Amino acid sequence: MTESLLVDEPVVAAALDRALRTGGEFAEVFVEDKRSSSGLLDDGKVEELTSGRDRGAGIRVVVGESTGFAHTADLSEAGLLAAAEAAAAAARGGSGGVTRVDLDRTPTSPAPIETYPEAVAKATKVGLLTQADEAARSAEGNAAGSIAQVMARYGDSRRRIQVANSDGLLATDDQVKTLFSVSCVAVGDSGMQTGRESRGHTIGFELFDRYDVEELARSAAQRALTKLQARPAPSGAMPVVVGPGGGGVLFHEACGHGLEADLVAKSASVFAGRVGELVASPSVTLIDDGTMGGEWGHFAIDDEGRPAQRNVLIQDGILTDYMWDHLRARKEGRPSSGNGRRESYKHLPMVRMTNTYIANGSDTPADIIASTPNGVYVKQLGGGQVNTATGDFVFGMTEAYLITDGEIGEPLREGNLIGNGPEVLTRIDALGNDFAMGSPGTCGKDGQGVPVGDGTPTLRVESLTIGGTAA
Amino acid sequence: MSELLQLVERVAGWANDGEQIEAVGVRGGDTEVRAYDGEVESLSSAQTQGVGIRVIADQRQGFAYAGTFDIDVLEETLAEARDNATFGTPDEFLGLAEPDGVAPAELDLFDPEASRFPTDRKVDMALALERAVLAADPRITGIESAEFVDSESESAVATNTGIRAQSRETNCYLSASALAEESGETQTGFGFSVGRSPEGLDIDRAAADAAERATRLLGAVKPSTERLTVVFDPFVTAQFLGILGFTLSGEAVLKGRSMFADRLGEEVASPLITLTDDPTNVQAFTATTSDGEGLATRRNPLIEAGRLSTFVHNTYTARRSGTISTGSAVRGYSSTPTVGTMAVSLSPGDRSQAELIADIDNGLLVQGVAGLHSGVNPVSGDFSTGAEGVRIRNGAVAEPVREFTIASTIQRMLHDVQAVGSDLEWLPMAASGVSLVVSDITMSGS
Repeated sequence: MTESLLVDEPVVAAALDRALRTGGEFAEVFVEDKRSSSGLLDDGKVEELTSGRDRGAGIRVVVGESTGFAHTADLSEAGLLAAAEAAAAAARGGSGGVTRVDLDRTPTSPAPIETYPEAVAKATKVGLLTQADEAARSAEGNAAGSIAQVMARYGDSRRRIQVANSDGLLATDDQVKTLFSVSCVAVGDSGMQTGRESRGHTIGFELFDRYDVEELARSAAQRALTKLQARPAPSGAMPVVVGPGGGGVLFHEACGHGLEADLVAKSASVFAGRVGELVASPSVTLIDDGTMGGEWGHFAIDDEGRPAQRNVLIQDGILTDYMWDHLRARKEGRPSSGNGRRESYKHLPMVRMTNTYIANGSDTPADIIASTPNGVYVKQLGGGQVNTATGDFVFGMTEAYLITDGEIGEPLREGNLIGNGPEVLTRIDALGNDFAMGSPGTCGKDGQGVPVGDGTPTLRVESLTIGGTAA
Repeated sequence: MSELLQLVERVAGWANDGEQIEAVGVRGGDTEVRAYDGEVESLSSAQTQGVGIRVIADQRQGFAYAGTFDIDVLEETLAEARDNATFGTPDEFLGLAEPDGVAPAELDLFDPEASRFPTDRKVDMALALERAVLAADPRITGIESAEFVDSESESAVATNTGIRAQSRETNCYLSASALAEESGETQTGFGFSVGRSPEGLDIDRAAADAAERATRLLGAVKPSTERLTVVFDPFVTAQFLGILGFTLSGEAVLKGRSMFADRLGEEVASPLITLTDDPTNVQAFTATTSDGEGLATRRNPLIEAGRLSTFVHNTYTARRSGTISTGSAVRGYSSTPTVGTMAVSLSPGDRSQAELIADIDNGLLVQGVAGLHSGVNPVSGDFSTGAEGVRIRNGAVAEPVREFTIASTIQRMLHDVQAVGSDLEWLPMAASGVSLVVSDITMSGS
């Protein structure tokens, strides 16, 4: 199937020619047309439905080590040529000359979509929100009416992109995503606690064939109610068991960012110069895989037109490769790994993760918990942050329990976990066989957010620092 | 009258009988120059534009936006917003802002020189910043980034309820992240300088701060767990104030998400704490004359000598709370207005950071925190973040420490404030920073 182009081939070719006129070595036109719709229910009311539309093109020109970039919301030939001029001027090229770019359309297969969200009645989307609200409020365990607030959010987007560059590449993709989340606030003697569930996939409205919004809502409510009974998290270093799916963000932060070639090239990564070395416990295999159909970080082509790839970053504990975008790969004379991504046509692409996960080990989750005399079991993690130069990271525990004598016990209040990426990788002393993907995430880097997925089986880190308030 | 205001007035004029329409238009341009290895790594020039349209009819609200000024597209966008409104839950408090008699402050936020500043000189500044960072200390071995960024933005709001407002600002900053290395260990530190015009930026200060922050942490060790008194560096205090601002929004209060909901007039903090939100302070990076609904911004006292005095409101939260808007609607063109503080600041004390440290026998100077978005729950008040800094021993700074967390609750920290420094500075965010001494914080290390 060949998608229609957002901008006709001759117009794109003319823009590339113009972009190279001042002597650029590489030029690229990225065209994007994005439509989105979202609905928000809060405080018992459907507050609003929002529809959005953004389209435009970003043009970059590379000369030596310098990149010039300009973008425009005007997709006419005149608009694109003006942006091409601006990008070329910014790159301040060398000799200049006349170039002819011949484009060759690369066939791509966008993810199959069963039901395009734009074809679904708004009333149906709104119905999901009210269903979730009612289910959360009537959740088992809320007999006392402790659930004080429910916020439910629906969102879908369809992002069509077209990439053309002076190497002759011309490729398109059509990326459809659907997301649903529920957050609850429970109030008790100990104050307020929150619980959240979210599901998002690179699929259409069939998301709701996979997930029951009422079940998600009850689960979010239960999470908040459970935490009302929670005691303060302990403080200090101890063994931490992370549940299936819940720990992906740990590896995203702890080592994923440090394996991005742009940071490696600036020596701003603790993993620089370590390919071929044992960097993790031999049970650890870390993969970044943009081809995982339906997952939140999936696409057919990246935002530089490169097909998505499955990249093994760490194999049996040994660092095998970094993640690459066009620019960094070009410098090294190697192909991109399909990790060149950008938030929108208004942004320059850079090296980004897609779906990042730790592959299954051989332990059973029950054995892992039973063999942990004392520690913390983390079922759900919140967001995190890493300093790639030092490897130090931090992330929040949104659902956690104390492990006492090999059994999961009392719930804990929220707190942060901190550690050092390279150290944690070597301290994984048990890896389960129950792999699961975690919640959809938005990864931020240099002010740009892109959708990413992550996953892990149950695993244990022999020692991590918990930042609670209990002594 | 600006073209942008004319455009949004035209859209607002499309209202049918019995319907309220608000159009908000935003137009901006920015330049970003990144230097690396003595070269321009990238130079981006970006133009942003868009219009958001809100419709309220039969007590229901709908919204749509488009990233263009194309009239045909805006007509479609309005139709979409109207359609969206039919699915909202009726709410008697919905309604657009109306003129409230408060005149917008006369602020000098737009520097015409800034928009004429030549690109070549922006490039030179980014390159000079990189050189200055590398030259600042022999232990600086590289940079993660050195950049110059400027922006010019204009926004306008018009409604068929009588609102017409516009504001225009220029902003620019230099920012650097330095890499320091010693004995195979690497540390990072950032520095910046902000202004309305490139002329006022201070390259040496940004470079020196980045180098100082990075080198200060070399040799840092993981501390043992204990409870102690901390001094927050101004930058850390500013981040904390941003979170505190959330808890004082009328929306959080109405929706049961604020720990301060029923506490107006009560003592919620140490008497040393006087917190004000004042977007009309021209020194604030986020200063602006008009809020997201086109009302004049104003100075709002939030906490006065420890006593909770005001929640901030937009038109909707004010009506529902039986009060008036404090001019605190916050938004871009792609969303409906929420409520928030815009430029919060603590009233400074009279002692410098060094003087504050001199009074502490056993403490910690917190230079940076990580994971604020995951480790602080503004609803429950639980506070736990990763941190790095320098130990304080016998009134002086001692060894650097890293890889630990600090934890407390927002409620307790407010009461545990022991002193506010005199070193107030405005930062590239919606809050100012000042040194803050807080007792009884749990530092978790090994």
